[in-house]
Amino acid sequence: MLKVSNLSVGRGGISLLNDVNFVLKAGQALVLRGPNGVGKTTLLRCVAGLQDPLLGDIDHEGSVAYAAHAEGIKGSMSVIENLKFWADVYGRSMTEEVLLTYKLNDLAQRPAANLSAGQKRRLSLTRMLVTGCNLWIMDEPTASLDAENIALFYMTVNSHLQAGGAALLSAHNDLNLNAETLDLAQFCKARSIVTSNFDEPLE
Amino acid sequence: MIQLFTRDVVLSVRSGGGFGLALAFFLIVVVLMPFALGPDQFVLAKIAPGLLWLGALLACLLSSDRIFGMDYEDGTLELLATSPLPLESVYLAKSAAHWLTTGLPLSLAAPVFGLLLNLNLKVGGVLCLSLLLGTPALSLIGSFGATLTLGVRRGGLLLSLLVLPLYIPTLIFGALAVNAAALGKALDGSLLSILAISLGAIAVLPFFSAMALRANLQ
Amino acid sequence: MRTILGMKYFWPYFWKLANPKVFMRWSGLCLPWLIALTVLCLGTGLIWGFFLTPDDARQGSTVKIIYLHVPSAFIAINGYFVMVLGSLFWLVRRQHVSVLVAKASAPIGMTMTVIALTTGAIWGQPMWGTYWVWDPRLTSFLILFLFYIGYVALWAAIENQDKVADLTSVLALVGAVFAVLSRYAVLFWNQGLHQGTTVTVADGVNQKNISSIFFQPLLLSMIGFGLLFLTLLLVGTRTEIRAQRLQVLEGLEKLK
Repeated sequence: MLKVSNLSVGRGGISLLNDVNFVLKAGQALVLRGPNGVGKTTLLRCVAGLQDPLLGDIDHEGSVAYAAHAEGIKGSMSVIENLKFWADVYGRSMTEEVLLTYKLNDLAQRPAANLSAGQKRRLSLTRMLVTGCNLWIMDEPTASLDAENIALFYMTVNSHLQAGGAALLSAHNDLNLNAETLDLAQFCKARSIVTSNFDEPLE
Repeated sequence: MIQLFTRDVVLSVRSGGGFGLALAFFLIVVVLMPFALGPDQFVLAKIAPGLLWLGALLACLLSSDRIFGMDYEDGTLELLATSPLPLESVYLAKSAAHWLTTGLPLSLAAPVFGLLLNLNLKVGGVLCLSLLLGTPALSLIGSFGATLTLGVRRGGLLLSLLVLPLYIPTLIFGALAVNAAALGKALDGSLLSILAISLGAIAVLPFFSAMALRANLQ
Repeated sequence: MRTILGMKYFWPYFWKLANPKVFMRWSGLCLPWLIALTVLCLGTGLIWGFFLTPDDARQGSTVKIIYLHVPSAFIAINGYFVMVLGSLFWLVRRQHVSVLVAKASAPIGMTMTVIALTTGAIWGQPMWGTYWVWDPRLTSFLILFLFYIGYVALWAAIENQDKVADLTSVLALVGAVFAVLSRYAVLFWNQGLHQGTTVTVADGVNQKNISSIFFQPLLLSMIGFGLLFLTLLLVGTRTEIRAQRLQVLEGLEKLK
């Protein structure tokens, strides 16, 4: 599903993570762990195709569904309209049943601007289901969720995995998820400057 | 692509920043001009074509920094960039939505506003036609400029600096066409030139805009 | 055959200049010679032009501003051309030096545009009785100036070097298309407004009747300005390369 080999990623001309290797098969989830600033988001952005890696290869089949910190929710559209839009973008049809997953059914017609932070997060997690993609890439998906909804989230991810999907997640606390964990701290030892040709003295 | 277009149109209608503001701005520019230039009907009729073109152009420009701005700030653009929709289509859909909510109303309103400047309706028709052909280019160029200034804080001024020089050919041919009509001359190639610029912009700018978007999302 | 052989040896070396170290070495070697040559050509050309040519029968001594006006206009256009080439190479080959050449070229070209416009205005005052006419050629240069401003302003607005290099390069390429378009649009525009009453600009090189007494020093001035541009371009690019290196060093400090 996803194969990352010899990947180096960086930001602002400095490499953050070097020589990252992992394979994600269908039905598997991988949790990226590490302290703030270690490069979790950067790595996820690279895998999602937003950012070019410095070195190495990322191979995956089909399109990915990416959920970032910024949720891209339009306040003047209702919950259901927001979801319909993303279903259309991914060329999928959408039934209202998907709202049941995170218990958004009562909020369906409410303008998204009136949602709380946790409700918005649930909306953006529902968006992942709507895209119909097999590979989910999620940046700290459990942020601003309460215990009940975190449990819902685990259930959803597990059923996604059972259906042959895969998920790559980042978290800075433990996820009670039946998934492998990759500690990113081990890849950031050899941080270096990467601006090509400018790393040696000029004269 | 059509879904993004529809969504943008819906959003701009709901937020009230689409149809309303640009049109109101256009009206104010037209109303202020006689105060600056005097109420002489002959003078006003003489400068009306150029003035209306300039007013429409500025209204188009001022509304263009929101084309990508909102989606960039709330993260939608990142999500769109990871979706199967190519960035070229994102650019085209958003420019088209901008044209529908800005360029089209401006074109239709221009002959009516022209009455305030003693522009007769026959010339007004040519004005409307030239704007209908030219505003797509204005939207596309403005939207291209918006992709360049995406990450710049208070990028509005910079956007004008980048986009206004690019507007020059469209403005020249647009005003030429209407001036020719006002002098009672047969329409020459000006209208065709405007059309050519719009079509050229559709052909070339998506590629460069997608490049700029990709650079800005890095 | 000879030229082909020449090309075969030229291009590999040319692309090696994309390495900052190689560029610094070669530009450092060339600069003293370039400076000397510039001073020689420009000094000779201007002194010859200003003091050793007779006054024009019709225009008097004002014609001598041609030795500044024409060469600066020539560089103004070629500066933009270099900018576009540098940008194109950056987008295709992703080597920093080329985009830094483009960056260094812009302020030089912009200054030359200002010189061309100013000298044109000073020349135009006694000739046409006014400092400014919306003649197609003058207008085109004014538009060129606007394009330069936009490019320089975009460089100044964004911190991230790779991002701003991409964005300015895209702008330079699109700007080039629209600058050419504006040039032709302006021709139509002026023709359309002042049918037949356009002012003829006595722009030296394009007028066949210019005599060789004026032409020889003009040619020398133009070569001098070309060398001056090259010198400034090298100095500017060297500065930009050092600035880039400085950023890398600052980054290294942060890592420690």
